[in-house]
Amino acid sequence: MPMTPLPAKHRTAYINARLLDPASGLDTPGALLAEDGRISDLGPGLFAEGVPSGVQTVDCAGACLAPGLVDMRVNIREPGEEQKETMNSAGRAAAAGGVTSMVALPNTDPVIDDVAGVEYIARRAREEKRVKVYTYAAVTRGTAGQELTELGLLGESGAVAFTDGTKAIASAQVMRRALSYAKTFGHLIVQHPEEPSLAGGAMNSGEMATRLSLPSIPWVAEVMMIERDLRLVELTGGRYHVAHVSTAAAVDAIRSAKARGLDVTCDTAPHYLILNELAVADYRTFAKVSPPLRSEDDRCAVVEGLIDGTIDAIASDHSPHDQESKRVPFAIAEPGIVGLETLLPLSLQLYHSEKIELLDLLARLTAKPAAILGLEGGQLIKGGPADLLIFDLNRAGRIDPETFESKSKNTPFEGMPVQGRVRRTVVDGRTLFDAA
Amino acid sequence: MTSAQRTAAPGGYRHRHLLGIEGLTAPEIISLLDLSDGYVDLNRGSDKKKDLLVGRTVINLFFENSTRTRTSFELAAKRLGADVINMSVAWSSIKKGETLLDTAMTLNAMHPDVLVVRHPDSGAVQLLAEKVNCAVINGGDGSHEHPTQALLDALTIRRRLGTLEGLLVAICGDITHSRVARSNIHLLNTLGARVRLIAPPTLMPGKVERMGVETFHDMRKGLKGCDIVMMLRLQTERMQGSYVPSTREYYHFFGLNQDKLQAAKPNALIMHPGPMNRGVEIDSDLADDINRSVIREQVEMGVAVRMACLETLNSNLMAARLMQEQACQ
Repeated sequence: MPMTPLPAKHRTAYINARLLDPASGLDTPGALLAEDGRISDLGPGLFAEGVPSGVQTVDCAGACLAPGLVDMRVNIREPGEEQKETMNSAGRAAAAGGVTSMVALPNTDPVIDDVAGVEYIARRAREEKRVKVYTYAAVTRGTAGQELTELGLLGESGAVAFTDGTKAIASAQVMRRALSYAKTFGHLIVQHPEEPSLAGGAMNSGEMATRLSLPSIPWVAEVMMIERDLRLVELTGGRYHVAHVSTAAAVDAIRSAKARGLDVTCDTAPHYLILNELAVADYRTFAKVSPPLRSEDDRCAVVEGLIDGTIDAIASDHSPHDQESKRVPFAIAEPGIVGLETLLPLSLQLYHSEKIELLDLLARLTAKPAAILGLEGGQLIKGGPADLLIFDLNRAGRIDPETFESKSKNTPFEGMPVQGRVRRTVVDGRTLFDAA
Repeated sequence: MTSAQRTAAPGGYRHRHLLGIEGLTAPEIISLLDLSDGYVDLNRGSDKKKDLLVGRTVINLFFENSTRTRTSFELAAKRLGADVINMSVAWSSIKKGETLLDTAMTLNAMHPDVLVVRHPDSGAVQLLAEKVNCAVINGGDGSHEHPTQALLDALTIRRRLGTLEGLLVAICGDITHSRVARSNIHLLNTLGARVRLIAPPTLMPGKVERMGVETFHDMRKGLKGCDIVMMLRLQTERMQGSYVPSTREYYHFFGLNQDKLQAAKPNALIMHPGPMNRGVEIDSDLADDINRSVIREQVEMGVAVRMACLETLNSNLMAARLMQEQACQ
């Protein structure tokens, strides 16, 4: 009986690259070989004798080749608010931004708080065949802050961690039980750290809020929720992650918790590293975010926390909004900034201003968030998925929302000069974005 | 200052809108006050009509209840010969359906020349002004600004005391929720007066000292040596929580009465933007004391100031339209 020949392996060689792998500390000129969607080899000497025939070649022409970004906070808006973003448009935006894995927040309509919701996200992601989409599930039903969701079953069906997303888990008792119960399965609880009774305002408390006369949120609203939760982490031994840290006091609280040996991690978003409360002058609703942009001292402390490792990850906190949600009086405008397509260039600002080493910065965008959530990817390793980002480190440009793949254009960074541009985004060996 | 010098004041008001006092220069403010002076005289005569705004349409667009401000603007516009329409819109229905900008677009299509807008949200009038083709006067936006109130207060003071420069002015009461306070802080500072704020800490906005004021939590200490005492209404309708325990307690510590007024200068003037809560922030007899209280005068000055603002914005608008036409030719 004649043997049917095995289909030829699909092989791609990425040559003339600056290989950057934060997980192993690799930073060297070299090449990488991907076979059938996985990394089969990489290093400085690879293809020194030339690329064999039958292998597709991508010449990086000296550009950086790093693991694709892992964005741990994305509002995809599907289901429920497809006028703002869809699985398709978010997937295109992610690819254009160099993000190969994104984690969806559960604040959709309906809320992702049951197995059907988690499966829906997975199915829609499969249908769109774009970047990898993971999802959180809510900690409480409907994110109402009262009854726990089926954390165990949700975890088995694919939820990578648990959070009420843009809402704080306000009740100490509910948080205590969530941390305690999630421990059974080793699940992580992610908190939006704001004491709700203090967080009813529209911007940071201070001189600017007084001048604009907007209801405001004091910085203590963040740190008091974190300090409460840290006590509960000590009590329960649960795993805890603080989302989008924005204040100096919060950075200090987490730094000292880590020093005490608590199993806690945290992230921040580019806007807390780059902007302060002055960005909302003239009632600019595009700079309204939750938590609000803080004082310059806070911004500097967040940058410091990122450099010294207190802040483990940078997430875009991608929050698309249409005109109807933003072109309204400031106090009632929706908070949020679109971030998938600006995550890399904005983060690179810190490298270009010589505040942080390139590999340290990339770690917070790749290996660290992947490790926090237990995701595959985020590193260049033999046998790992070929989730790759090729980018020009120094290429200058301006942020132009008109070029965004995202359905929404709500960014306060319009026109900002930046350095660094995505050239190509590869997921499981497939090129999903190519700037050329 | 003689009237000849006043008309020669440099830097007359050249802006398209009047959205707030913050950012205006002293000459700009003075030019509006000077123009207002003339209207005070006109309004006191029998023939109150001028034809400066004949053919123009003024729309009073109020997203918040108001009687006196709306009436004052309406009267001002009518005395200048404009056609005036009053529109009252319940803001809650706006939230549900038509947005603020849809309303702006609808009105724009009616070709008004001046829109007078009051809105319960800070910044809303500015947002609307960016989307319309006419001149916009801020008739009060949330707790942000109420520029014509500050102008009429300044006119009242100037006519009584001759100047604002060097005066010590105390603004007392619910500073946090007061657009009157903010506009007055900017105006008084710009014209060289010194401003003190007196309020319990729960009604004093954070870091307000950065706006160039001194703050006090004790009425007698704060009023000491003041030339002017501006009382604010306790804005109960805008309070979302409990800022003071009771009106009784508030009156006891922060209500203006003869006893506390002793701390101010002997002839200190009492002002209030109205409507007053008698027995809450001000003693009823004191409010009616014609030797001390200029509260009724403030209302009178209000019409004159609004006439001056309408005239100024109208002539700026006509100049802009003329330039636009010339550019098109």
